[in-house]
Parts: sequence; structure tokens; C-alpha cells
Amino acid sequence: MGKTLTEKIFSEHTGREVKAGEIVLASVDIAMAQDGTGPLMIKEFQELGFKEVKVPKAFLFIDHASPSPRRELSNSQKLMREFGKQMGVVVFDMGDGISHQVLAERFVRPGDLVVGADSHTCTAGGLGAFGTGMGSTDVAIVFGLGKNWFKVPEAIRVVLEGKLPEGVYAKDVILEIARILGSDGATYKALEFQGSCVEGMDVDDRLTISNMAVEVGAKAGLMPSDEKTREYLKKMGREEDYRELKPDPDAIYEQEIVIDVSKLEPLVALPHYVDNVKRVSEVEKEKIKIDQVFIGTCTNGRLKDLEIALKILRKHGKHPDVRLIVGPASRRVYAEALEKGLIKEFVELGAAIIPPGCGPCVGIHLGVMADGERVLSTQNRNFKGRMGNPEGEIYLGSPAVAAAAAVTGYITDPRRLL
Amino acid sequence: MIRGRAWKLGDDISTDHIAPGRYFHLRNDLEKLAEHLLEDVIEGFAQKINKGDVIVAGKNFGLGSSREHAARIIKIAGISCVIAKSFARIFYRNAINVGLPLVELKETDEINQGDELEVDLERGVVRNLTTGREYRFTPIPKFLLEILKEDGIVNYLKKHGTFPEV
Ligand code: SF4
Repeated sequence: MGKTLTEKIFSEHTGREVKAGEIVLASVDIAMAQDGTGPLMIKEFQELGFKEVKVPKAFLFIDHASPSPRRELSNSQKLMREFGKQMGVVVFDMGDGISHQVLAERFVRPGDLVVGADSHTCTAGGLGAFGTGMGSTDVAIVFGLGKNWFKVPEAIRVVLEGKLPEGVYAKDVILEIARILGSDGATYKALEFQGSCVEGMDVDDRLTISNMAVEVGAKAGLMPSDEKTREYLKKMGREEDYRELKPDPDAIYEQEIVIDVSKLEPLVALPHYVDNVKRVSEVEKEKIKIDQVFIGTCTNGRLKDLEIALKILRKHGKHPDVRLIVGPASRRVYAEALEKGLIKEFVELGAAIIPPGCGPCVGIHLGVMADGERVLSTQNRNFKGRMGNPEGEIYLGSPAVAAAAAVTGYITDPRRLL
Repeated sequence: MIRGRAWKLGDDISTDHIAPGRYFHLRNDLEKLAEHLLEDVIEGFAQKINKGDVIVAGKNFGLGSSREHAARIIKIAGISCVIAKSFARIFYRNAINVGLPLVELKETDEINQGDELEVDLERGVVRNLTTGREYRFTPIPKFLLEILKEDGIVNYLKKHGTFPEV
């Protein structure tokens, strides 16, 4: 009987043939925690009496509140650095970037089992790995034992067919999926993406889609690995990490959804839920004023995203009343954007560039909105209070939708500005 | 046996509701963080509840981030159990790991704010002592119940040295 990509990866990591629904003990390839979840992970690691780190690749990331905005956080970040030194765990520190982006650039291989104490660890699915978010204690167990228990999830086949129209991007595809499935439509399940649209997509776009699998409740969001994956790994200087991995043609899926992406339009998620998705062409009639635009995060903070936004912004300029924040997702993205002159353009357009990291996405620093204000962000979540102020509103869109709002000052269809 | 008063919440209560991100700096001081539990949903929630009270919510409770702090502070604040129509996956796992009992029950709409509830995890029964109604739910899988019984995975591993049998 054929296997889903999920079943293949879990079979490889348990040393026997496993099927969806089974509880298994699986060995893990990559484990990580960030500065929000790392201190508790370290505490539990010590509480469990572990003396060494047994997972092949273990990392700590100081990306959420970095550089540290306050004393309590500085102290827990110091603790992470000390633990890293003591245990031989590499700590990616301020300015290095967001965990998911750095893992994708440098470590994730097709077929890997990746766990992180961060819900967007599913981003690794863009490279054909099973990436999933867990709590601090679960990650502490993986650090100490190199394995943990998992329930092999059933998978939903998401078939993306056709070619994206001009002005419509990967972000719109995953927002459409959120609209269809709702915020709990894939709870306890994995999404497996297929179809001609996926085949034509580069890894940057695949990462955007996999990143938001958790927004429909999924445990992971996996892409097959193919020549596009090889190209990406080659560009990252690690072509040897490539291998082809696809689900069997006769794999059994719990459900299938098919989307003709050529019919999609630019979309936006309205407050306060990611699945509250509407067409920008409709929403723009309401003239919703935007005070701040944020282009960045593990969802849309890659070079390509900055380029998409600039294409619109350099043509029309930024509206004087909109505050524009740009956050490259990693040091590598930042360096490339500098080299290509993109950062200079953003600066001259009136944007504030923040260091690679999560920035305002998590609501601690670098752009907390005032009461009653509205932010249009390229991030993945718009829950009430997410960006630090429950009296504000968050709208989610592609870098093009974000750039269009920065140009006009209200939610605008980017297709007219291309 | 779990016994307590019901606190009714709606659908899609996220980890940002449970443990607001703006208190990120309190994540190493869970007692303090627990004072802000669910405060964007019910003002002063942590101060209003009594030890042993039960949260009764709609669908997809705990969606959002992986912060285990969310499950922990619910327990620290004194909540004995969360009953919801469904739970987000990471939250579910975290709750079991920290020894916070969860019950998946379709009929949460029939429970009212302040009702006195009794929960039997092993047999899979919720009794509403106020209305006299009784509900059955699919008991938690044995693997997870073993972890809950030891008050979480850390205690379990410390005591048994390995995972429960799969
Ligand atoms: S950018 Fe936002 S969503 Fe991504 S890891 Fe950071 S806080 Fe989480």
C-alpha cells in the first residue's frame, strides 16, 4: 500500500513501516528552541537530569526579542548563551535571523524530522522535511534523548493547479487555503501539497505556504522535493543535502482539496482571525485606513518578498502617513538585499529597517501600534493583541498587498499599482 | 475526580488570549504571568476564579503559538481542567505534558457560566451538578492518561526512565 510523504518520513525515523494513526517513538534530526521558549526548555532539560545533547543538530535562536529590549529578557538570553557554550549547542544570536529561515537556508534536508519549540517549525516542510512545533518540555526531551513520541498524522492532499495570475502570490494561496479549511480544518493532520503550481514554485514560495500550515491547525505542511529543491540547496552551498522525496501515487489521503490558482485574486485576512479572508478588491471599497505596514517575518521576509514590495513602492512612493517597517528574515537575506541595493531603496522611501529577527510580529518591541490603529503585515497571525496591543487591528496580506497599502494609506488592490 | 465551577469562553481562544505576548518578559516568572491569564477575554480573570474551577470553551481552544507557558499558567492559576469542543494540537500536547487534564466534549453549549461540574477522566464522564445532565466523552488514550496520572511527562520520565508503552 502506498505511503504519504508523512508516513515515509516517520517510517524512516522509527525503523519500521508505520501508518497514519499510530503512536510512535521517532528519532529527530534537528531540534531547536527560541528565546521565548528556550529558557523553559533549558530548565526542563536540567530538571530531567540530562547531561548531554543527543539530537544530531540542536540549535538555540535569539530571534524574538533581539536585540533585547529589557532586562528580564537579557538575563534569560544570557542563560541561553551559557547553556549553548556548556552543551556545545550553536546559539544564533541577535541579527542572525528568524529560526525557521536560518534552518531552511543552512540545515534542513528533504526527509528530515525537525522539531522546534515554535509553532512555525512547519516552515521546514517547504524543503520536504516533516517540521512540527512543540512545547518547551517536548523539545527538552528531544534535546536529551534524541527522540520523542509522535502520533503519525493523517494527511490532507492539497492540489494546487494552474499558474498564479499577475499580482497574486504564494501568500494568497495559503490565505485561500485558510479560508477553505478554517483555523481548525486540519487539526492533528498534515497538509501535503501537490500539483502543477507547486511544481513551478521556487522554495522561497513553498516556505511561505508551509509556514502557515499551522494556521489551519496542521501539524506539518509538506512539499515534495524536486529539482527546485535541488536548485535552492545548491544556491545555499549544500547541494549534497538534496534527495528526491515524493508521496507514493497510491498513498491514502484523509481528504483532498483542489484549488485552481489561476482564478485567485489578492486576498487579505481581516482581524482577528487568519481564516477571516476576503478579496482585496472587495475590501478596498471600505477604504480601511492603515497606519503601519510591516514587511518581514518567517512568512514573507525573504529577498523575493522585498523585491515584490519594492516593485510597487518604487513606482509610487510611500504615503507620508504610513509608517513602513522592513525586516529581512535572516542575515543572509539582509546581506543580499544590501548587495542588490534594496535596503538603500527602502531607506530612501522612508522605511525603517529593523535587524533580522521577528520584530513587531510578536508584540514585544520594534513597532507596537497605538490604540485604535491598524497594521497591515505580511506575517502569519492577526490574533487580538498579537502585535502587543489588543486595542489595535492586524490585517494580513502578501508583500504586494502590504506595499499597496503603504502607497495609498488604505487597503488597496495591488494589481492596479504593478 | 475533578470538581469545580464552569467559566464559559467562546471559540478559538488563542495562546495570545491565554498568555498575551506583551508579557513575554514574564515567561520566566510563571506565577506573575498567570496573573494575566485570559485577561483580554475576561478582565481580571485570574483574580476572579477559584481553585478547582473548570474552563468550558468552544472549538479550537489553544490555537496559535507553541508557548507551553499557556498550558502551565492555566494550571498555576488554579484551573483543574479545560473542557472544549476541540483543541489545537500543540496546546493539547503541552497540556498533557504539564499535567493539565483536557476533555473534548461536543455539548459544551449546554453548560452555563457558573454551573458546578464533575469530571471523571478515566471513565469519560462529565456531570453537570447544576442541571443534573451527564455527558460522555471518548476517554483520553491510555498512553496520555499514564502521563497525566504522573502529573506530566517530566515526572513520568523521572520516575519510569522511559515513555509509557506505545
Ligand atoms: S517571525 Fe513571527 S511567526 Fe515567525 S517565528 Fe518570529 S514571531 Fe513567530
